[in-house]
Order: sequence, then structure tokens, then C-alpha cells
Amino acid sequence: MALENADIEKIAVLARLQVTHSETNDYANSISSILSLMDQMQLVNTDGVEPLSNPHDATQRLRKDEVTCDNQREAFIAIAPATEDGLYLVPKVID
Amino acid sequence: MTHKTLVQIAKDLAAGKYSSREITQDIIADIKARDTVYNSFISLSEDLALGQADAADARIKVGNADILTGVPFAHKDLFCTQGHTTTAASKMLANFVPPYESTVGQRLLSAGAVCVGKTNMDEFAMGSSNESSFFGAVKNPWDLNAVPGGSSGGSAAAVAAGFVPAATGTDTGGSIRQPASFCNLTGIKPTYGRVSRFGIIAYASSLDQAGPMCQTAEDAAIMLNAMAGFDEQDSTSVQQETPDFTAELNLPLHGLKVGLPKEFFGPGLNPQVAECIMAAVKEIEKLGAQIIDISLPNLELSIPAYYVIAPSEASSNLSRFDGVRYGYRCDKPENLMDLYCRTRAEGFGTEVKRRIMVGTYALSEGYYDAYYVKAQRIRRLIKDDFARALSQVDVIMGPVAPTPAFDLGSNTKDPVAMYLEDIYTLSANMAGIPAMSAPAGFVNGRPVGLHIMGNYFAEAKLLNIAHQYQQVTDWHLQTPTSNSVPVSNQEKGA
Repeated sequence: MALENADIEKIAVLARLQVTHSETNDYANSISSILSLMDQMQLVNTDGVEPLSNPHDATQRLRKDEVTCDNQREAFIAIAPATEDGLYLVPKVID
Repeated sequence: MTHKTLVQIAKDLAAGKYSSREITQDIIADIKARDTVYNSFISLSEDLALGQADAADARIKVGNADILTGVPFAHKDLFCTQGHTTTAASKMLANFVPPYESTVGQRLLSAGAVCVGKTNMDEFAMGSSNESSFFGAVKNPWDLNAVPGGSSGGSAAAVAAGFVPAATGTDTGGSIRQPASFCNLTGIKPTYGRVSRFGIIAYASSLDQAGPMCQTAEDAAIMLNAMAGFDEQDSTSVQQETPDFTAELNLPLHGLKVGLPKEFFGPGLNPQVAECIMAAVKEIEKLGAQIIDISLPNLELSIPAYYVIAPSEASSNLSRFDGVRYGYRCDKPENLMDLYCRTRAEGFGTEVKRRIMVGTYALSEGYYDAYYVKAQRIRRLIKDDFARALSQVDVIMGPVAPTPAFDLGSNTKDPVAMYLEDIYTLSANMAGIPAMSAPAGFVNGRPVGLHIMGNYFAEAKLLNIAHQYQQVTDWHLQTPTSNSVPVSNQEKGA
């Protein structure tokens, strides 16, 4: 299936990636060729085949809801690109 | 000092021939002097390493040493190292210093191993040639015009160049086995869930698995002993007892049933690679194994299914890189959306962005069933193929890659051509079974690896086979600096 430039622009918004006009064409070409590779899958009948999401068919292991480690807030804040008073800084969201 | 095996170094340390500090200093000096050629390291952790070496020397002195105590190794730069940059070979994480250690790293440190530095790789482990690194391509020590393979190409080159006896790698679709094959190493991807993923930067979580890359099967078994084990902190870690992976190394192979899937020997396979593999299979037959023709009918579908599942999971995993909590942040964002979009556009490289885009599309409304769920159904067909095959045979053998290492730059223009190179490795990740590569010869001076796949949790069996093969062959002992230039099997008359 071939993608149009408009499809690429829509996917880029969903993926939160800024894509320039010249890149849009490249993405349309390369992703279309990848999708045609993927379309080989459609030739196979998989009716009644259960999707496999974990190789061991394991389900999520749960743990007890209890505190298991110390608060490491400072260590994590220290590696953020922009902080103030122990808070992450982002551009103004509400005017 | 170069090309000593892990076992040799451990013996030398125990005998007091040199200290861990001495060998660590020598290795770091060697990397500084010679790695300008290969670019196998992204960073060296000299101060941390010397601290670890001194602690190891103290342990050896009081007789409290493990086999790995004082032995230097390198980490793929995907493993979080506390207090030392971990980049995933991306501009996005070029300055990221993790506040914690990966479980694998912690286990190796507890055993007393010394981490000398972080190896180069394809950005976020996405690639088969180590050409997508923000820190530049890695060159294959066997042939500087060739790629080392990927994504664990720096780890492979670092061991092949003789810097370190062992390095960690990760394998989502072949990223340990293919570079091991291209660089004449022994590398194993364990069963999914055998080794903890905690603290390893995620690519495709249902496929990712870490393992060792070494010169010999014995070294790989020793490394895996330290790396493997249940971990509370990885939700898909398996609660299986961890055996001693060295315990079965010396068992004879008499009666072993080896399956050769016809799909691994199709028209896409380089005939000289096929000759190397068949010569290796003959050796294993001489050791008492029985060779049986089998079929894995859905092998070809592993490529499209993998290239849906892996990018889909990647698009989800890499959504965490938002310019807010860690990593790169764009300059002067106008608003929140601009912060996200520009940070990610500027921080990620071309192949990573391409896979995020593909994955986002495959998971988007209206396409989820046609792509992601369809790929998961095919994934079960692939798992069922292995279950059927492994009810007839003990292990499966074939080539790791259709060709020896290809030339740098030869596949970078066409992503689909690069994806097709992964044909023989993807299916083991899809099924979650263990698989390894062991040196099996050369084609025009470039190494060829024998692929050995087995049933769930059969790592000890795979290592046993590789070890027995290494007792009767010397491919694994060849180094790029050997006096004699390696010849191909035919020339050697093997």
C-alpha cells in the first residue's frame, strides 16, 4: 500500500515528530516500500490463530502493592534538561 | 595481552601473573591507542573501572574471588551504567547519565567483573550493520571495508580486535548472533525472559533479550552464568531455575539429533557460506550427531511480521523521549507540541524515526488489526513451526546470515534490502527460543557463523554443542592479527 504525503503528515503528528517538507517525500517512499513488504502477511490465512504477544504465552506478573525502594526524586530530577524547585519545566500549557 | 580468553585471564589473575588493575590499565591504554581504527567504543569508564579493579584485587587477595572477579569486559551502550553515560548511540541520550545500574550490569559487578567502557551500536539497537550510530560507523577488525554487523557491532568489534575477552550484547532480531557471525565470535541469545531486561534501554519489549559475546563457548557460558536469573524488576523475567551453563560443556554429542531446515538453505544463501555451514554440520555429525532434514514453512513471514511488531513496540517504548525528564531537549520550544516534535526530530536519527513512523502507522486506528494483530498471529505460526521441528530434533542448525559481512555503505540506501539480511535470525526472537552463533570458517577473509537454535531454556545444550565443535576445530582461535591470513574452508580442504 502506497502512502501519500498527507498520510505521512498525519502519522508524524501521531508520532510527535516534526517532519520537513523535503523529508515527507522520502518517508512516503521508504515507508511505502516497507508496507509492501508487510503486505506479504495478508496472503496467509490466519483465521482461528490466536495472536501471540509473549513467547511463553505468559500473563503479566503482579506484585504486592507495597513500597519496595526509597524515594529517588532528587536523582531523577538531577538528570532532567530543565527543572525549577524540584519540578520539571515545560512550555506554558494554559494561558 | 590481546585475544586472551576470559578463562585465561581468570587463571592469570588467580595465579597472580598480573593484577586486575594492571590488565585494566593495559586494556584501556590499548583501546586508546588502537580503537581510532575501529570506533568500537563510545566511551571509556576508566575511573570506575580502576575502582572496580582495585576492589577485585582485594577480593582475589583474600581468596573471595569468583571466576569473573577482576576480569575486564565491555557493555553495549544500551545497558544503563550508574554514574556513567549511556547513550544508546543516539544524540537523544548523548549526555544521559543513568541514576541506576541495569540488573545484568549489577550481576556482573557483583561477580567482580570490571567494566572498561561502553561499546558502539546501531542507534537504539535498530540496525544490522552498526552504521546508524550517532557516534559513527564501526569497522570490522577482519576487514576495514566491511561492517561488523549490528546492532551489537561495537561489542563484536571490541572482542574481535582483542580489546576485551567479553562484551554484553542485546538481540531483538539477531543483534548478538549476526555481529558474532561477522566478527568470528561466539555469541548467544538466551531464551526470552532468561536474562533480565531491567535497565536495558528498550527497543521491542516482547523480543529483546541480552546475552554475552566472547571468543569461546566456555567463556560465553561463564558470562551467561553471571548474567542470567529471575528478576523481580522485569515483568517478563521467567521464574525458572538458572542452571550452571558450564556443567554440560563436556558432554559427548553422541545421539544428538540436528535438524537442517530447508528454508535456511534456499536460493538467497551465498554458496560459499552454505559450504562453510555444511562443513561444520559434517564435523558435528562426526562427533556422533544424526542429521535430519526438517522444515520451518513460515520462515519467510518472519521478516514482514518482525518489521511490524518491532517498530510498533519501538514506537511505544520511544514515546518516553519527550525532552522533559531526561535526554536531549530542543532549544526554545514555542509550546508543548513544539517541544515534543522538535526534540524528537532533532534527537533521533533517520532509521529510528523511520521505525517510529512505521510502528505508529501499524498501531493507528483502522490499521491495528491488519498489521499488528496479523503479525502476532503469524508470530504464533512461527512458534508452532519451531515446536513441531523441535519435537523431531534436539537442535536446529543453519547459517546466521545469508552472506559474510557486507561492505560498509552497501545497504544504507535501501532499508528493505537491509531488513532482508535478517531472514535467518528473526524467527528465534519471534518464537523466544535460545539461539547462538559459533565461528565456522571464512569466505574471502570474512568470518562465517554457524547458527544453533534449541528449545526453550536449552542454552546449556547449545553451548555444549558449540564447545564440542570448538574442541575439534580452530576457527574460533583465529584472530584478525593471526600471522596467517585466514583461508576459506575449501582452500583449507576442510
